[in-house]
Amino acid sequence: MSKKSDLKFMSGNEACAEGALYAGLTFFAGYPITPSSEIAEYLSAQLPKRGGVFIQMEDEIASMGAVIGASLTGAKSMTATSGPGFSLKQEHIGFACIAEVPCVVVNVQRGGPSTGFPTGPSQSDVMQARWGTHGDHPVIAVSPTTVEECFTEVVRAFNLAEKYRNPVIFLMDEIIGHMREKVRIPEPGELEILSRPRPTVPPEKYKPYDESFGDIPPMAAYGEGYRFHVTGLNHDETGFPTNNGKIIQRTEERLLRKIEANKEDIIKVVDMYADDSPEVVVITFGATVRSARAAVRTLRDTGVKAALLALYTVWPFPETQVREVTEKAKLVVVPELNLGQLIYEVERCASADAKVVGVNKINTEPITPVEIINKVKEEL
Amino acid sequence: MAFDYEYYLRQDKMPHIWCPGCGLGVMLKSMLRAVHGMGWKKDDVVVVSGIGCTGRIPGYVDFNTLHTTHGRALTFAIGIKMVKPHLNVIVVGGDGDMLAIGGNHFIHAARRNVDITAIVYNNEIYGMTGGQVSPTTPHGWRTTTTPYGNLEPRMDIVEIAMGAGATFVARSTVYHTGQLEDYIKKAFEHKGFSVVEVLGHCHTGLGRRNKRPSAVQNFQWEKTVAIPLKAMEKLPPEKREGKIPMGIFRDDKEKVEYTEIYKELMKKAAG
Ligand SMILES: Cc1ncc(C[n+]2csc(CCOP(=O)(O)OP(=O)(O)O)c2C)c(N)n1
Ligand code: SF4
Repeated sequence: MSKKSDLKFMSGNEACAEGALYAGLTFFAGYPITPSSEIAEYLSAQLPKRGGVFIQMEDEIASMGAVIGASLTGAKSMTATSGPGFSLKQEHIGFACIAEVPCVVVNVQRGGPSTGFPTGPSQSDVMQARWGTHGDHPVIAVSPTTVEECFTEVVRAFNLAEKYRNPVIFLMDEIIGHMREKVRIPEPGELEILSRPRPTVPPEKYKPYDESFGDIPPMAAYGEGYRFHVTGLNHDETGFPTNNGKIIQRTEERLLRKIEANKEDIIKVVDMYADDSPEVVVITFGATVRSARAAVRTLRDTGVKAALLALYTVWPFPETQVREVTEKAKLVVVPELNLGQLIYEVERCASADAKVVGVNKINTEPITPVEIINKVKEEL
Repeated sequence: MAFDYEYYLRQDKMPHIWCPGCGLGVMLKSMLRAVHGMGWKKDDVVVVSGIGCTGRIPGYVDFNTLHTTHGRALTFAIGIKMVKPHLNVIVVGGDGDMLAIGGNHFIHAARRNVDITAIVYNNEIYGMTGGQVSPTTPHGWRTTTTPYGNLEPRMDIVEIAMGAGATFVARSTVYHTGQLEDYIKKAFEHKGFSVVEVLGHCHTGLGRRNKRPSAVQNFQWEKTVAIPLKAMEKLPPEKREGKIPMGIFRDDKEKVEYTEIYKELMKKAAG
């Protein structure tokens, strides 16, 4: 049972910041941008008190650079931003992918493109979260649906970043970022906290990308006697640049495999009524899950065999889960606050017998349960 | 006894990629002698760079090393320094890396006064990409992207550093190697953001197109174009034309360094 004292009334942005601290965050660098700024503001007060570093950098490129530098020095690191800032961070997200540097990048999505609609809700960075930086690269993106989940899911985001030595995109949206709800703060030790694999060999034997340890090589920190090299160039196991095409291909394949082969661990979905051979399946993520839950309940009350699949892991895309839940479905509905992004993935994975339709909105208002219900009625 | 460069170099990474006669090797040697002079343990030194010919230095030196993205080395370096302030963090970069794409980071690193030494190899050109115009290319000079001559005025790295608030600022050249080592060492000793501009050359990229094709001609140029600050001040204005002052332009020990300020904040915030 939760004690009263563990219960806090807070915004999603604050819960995200508090969750990051719970996960062991000791370094935050950011640049103000609506609707994410409260994360930086909260951490600017908390981190110095709790022995960590907060720094406001001159832009988002710099923030992302500082986060990678800090992580290479052993700190659990995070930055937070929105649309335009997320665009600026992309080059360094790619660096973190190729150099395998754990970090969490919060994107509290707002309307776009460009400066777009800073205070409006949006879910239009689904594809940018996957393909924002150039080149083939592995990506994990985690998305919460409630304020409390901003806390618990950011802990999961840190765990995945550390465990897989990869940047994790924490894909929030303005609705949850600014909404206030009750959050139960877990006791220390209650949630599992993971840290990056550490070297077990002496410095002279250490290779920063040693494949003999498997797909996720142990990671030393600067200043511990290992004196390793890190570069954004294609490199071999020793971390130094290579022109050897075979090694380049093998290493990039390992980077993708690191995520692909561990999908079961990385992917989290929550379903409602999926076991009931649903004929209608609503698939969505983030704040839109809230309306979808209500819509599915109402549909079932009116006799429609509806189910919900909420994607807490958006990337890697939960292919198997989507395939399974839509097996018997006639209709798959994908509500999202954009003009159709997640739906491409759903179409790719859903049962061929099901019709896949979107509910899309970018008029600065959330999608309502009624809009989802109406779509279902229209299509059935 | 001859200086043991090999102790600091990653022997297995040689030969380096630089053109014979480039000033980068000279600069690197001065830097290594200065590191040695500080008595720093290799484990406590971090060398960070962006992209460019200069940016390849980290791969060759046996320290904690980081080769980042074009222009952004200082941002990574700040992350490192803030997490482990006891580490000695050196950032090396070319003029394009540090002052064009990285100009904003340079200004703000100087303003914050984080205890990092930035060593800028100013060859007045984009070396690695084959000789395109850079912010420090002299007006009128021909480069691969200014075939009719550079339309823009050149930027003065020392003045930018001073204006942005760097607390140690010096300029030397790859000809004046003893002085260069001395300035780099003083920059290392300095607690705060220090900048050493190293006037160098790219005879293959810039010199070749501007009547200075050989390395020797370029070292000669560095020898004659750079005038000690004091001597420069004594010259009448018409004789200063085309000359570049070298020396220590600022050595401010008053301004408190950023990681120290942050340490104080942590104490205060923890109450
Ligand atoms: C974002 C980005 N833009 C452009 C480049 C291509 N590029 C590589 S090095 C370089 C300029 C190098 O010139 P400088 O920084 O002066 O260093 P030098 O090679 O002369 O030492 C450029 C433009 C890049 N790597 N990244
Ligand atoms: S291209 Fe220019 S700067 Fe680069 S190594 Fe050659 S001479 Fe030096």
